Amino acid sequence: MLEREQVQHVARLARLELSEEELVRMAGELSKVLDHIEKIRELDLDDVEPTAHVIDVVNALRADRPEPSLPREVALAAAPEPVAGGFGVPTPGASAEAQ
Amino acid sequence: MTTEILELTAAEAATAVRDGQLDAGELFEAYRERAAADTLNAFTWVAQAAPASPRAAGAVGSLSGVPLAVKDLFCTEGVPSQAGSRILKGYRPPYTATVVQKLLDAGAPLLGKTNQDEFAMGSSNENSGYGPVLNPWDTARVPGGSSGGSAAAVAAGLAPWAIGTDTGGSIRQPAALCGIVGLKPTYGACSRYGMIAFASSLDQAGPLTRDVTDCALLLRHMVGQDHRDSTSIAFPEEIRLPERGDLKGVRLGVPEELVGAEGGVEPGVRKSFDATLALAESLGASVEPCRLPHAPHALSAYYLIAPAEASANLARFDGVRYGLREDGAADLTTMYTRTRASGFGPEVKRRIMLGTYALSSGYYDAYYGTALKVRTKIAEDFRAAFTEFDFVVTPTSPWVAFELGAKLDDPLAMYLNDFCTVPMPLAGIPAISIPSGLSDGLPVGFQLAGPAFSENRLLEAAHALEQAIGFDGSRARGGAA
Repeated sequence: MLEREQVQHVARLARLELSEEELVRMAGELSKVLDHIEKIRELDLDDVEPTAHVIDVVNALRADRPEPSLPREVALAAAPEPVAGGFGVPTPGASAEAQ
Repeated sequence: MTTEILELTAAEAATAVRDGQLDAGELFEAYRERAAADTLNAFTWVAQAAPASPRAAGAVGSLSGVPLAVKDLFCTEGVPSQAGSRILKGYRPPYTATVVQKLLDAGAPLLGKTNQDEFAMGSSNENSGYGPVLNPWDTARVPGGSSGGSAAAVAAGLAPWAIGTDTGGSIRQPAALCGIVGLKPTYGACSRYGMIAFASSLDQAGPLTRDVTDCALLLRHMVGQDHRDSTSIAFPEEIRLPERGDLKGVRLGVPEELVGAEGGVEPGVRKSFDATLALAESLGASVEPCRLPHAPHALSAYYLIAPAEASANLARFDGVRYGLREDGAADLTTMYTRTRASGFGPEVKRRIMLGTYALSSGYYDAYYGTALKVRTKIAEDFRAAFTEFDFVVTPTSPWVAFELGAKLDDPLAMYLNDFCTVPMPLAGIPAISIPSGLSDGLPVGFQLAGPAFSENRLLEAAHALEQAIGFDGSRARGGAA
């Protein structure tokens, strides 16, 4: 069973603000799913190689040549706060450090 | 005339246009009107008019102007592409996904964008930020998900054909629940460029169509290597239109681990499945039990791997470059956390949390690392099965379409929808779902899975079965629009 504090820690890692109600509900729901998932830990997998990718493709690289890319104004068109040709954000500030 | 157009499959419509018996503009308008009058909430955006240029209208190109519905998560230049999420509300991308561009170039103009579970996370379409999609067979029921809008639109005759994406069953399961054909290709067969990512090692684009021939025709123009997706591979042969009417010499394996699981496949679905196996035998196939010993663990591996990849992929939605931003935060981290709290729905939050937990320090080996090893065993199981069998067959979904809200309060029960569909993407292999009949008046799906790049053989076998089954989907096209 996940504790409320563990859920809060994971939420912080995931950059998600959760309400008190969400924290409690999430602890219950995630615990139930994890209980089901736990079963795979009973398998004997000692000598098994992990598979991160199913197809055998290695270093599919294109030639390192400059190609046209999106014009700056197009890339910025959907930005909530374009500033001087870049993406504006609030200050990283002190509270971020405290976390 | 509209009724006659509606009764044509996409391939038949393409032929009629090519032969000069049907005007491409009239075809587009017939479907545009139906899509615009959609009462199933299948569409999130519908084209205002047929494309003006003959090229964009499909007058040139082998798809002859047969209009295409596209799942919302495919980026389409200048057209809303919101992936079913409020965090992307109103987002119009500056570029088009490769798969969509290839189909536009082949002569299939964009009819509309279809509703989906948010970021493709769901099996009922109830997780959309833009409201649930209704099943045209019974509007009190879900169409399945996550490509539920695409499936409902094709089943209801609001679109001749559609594309979707499949990560753990998101093409095959809604195709099954809506009584149409859906195919998940071999991993890497179709470019993922411009698909808003859920789980990158599993996501694949594929067709949702009225019949197997339409499926082959659409897939033919979707596959291909793309320098913009380094995991895409050149398909080794052209996708052919299927002609086969028998199954002589075809060996079908039935994995008891999936088909016979306790509390699994419901009786009406089992009955339709068994009837289809008998039909396959009458067409010349052999049907024998096969073993997939690790398949029952696929769901657990999937619900670790997919959320883990999703938690990384969805980090990009942070209120900086596009989409929603919650204003008023004093510092950057608070802006991130508030924007994501307000923009993501409950299921997306749940999966981000699950994935972040599975990847977090102290749990990585126990969860994510273990899941990757299970993935190896699942792929080995299939390889072993394919030494004795041509295809592994299962019901696509353990049950028919369920009522809206029935599983919404129980995430684990919802995840069990994917029991028979998750092993294939974990192994990277192709699988197709075709309608095998009705149970209580609702469609049942029959799934065939084959080795990597066996799409042509899969389509041939599915075609032979389809001819013998003779499924009639016309009722769903009747009263929807």
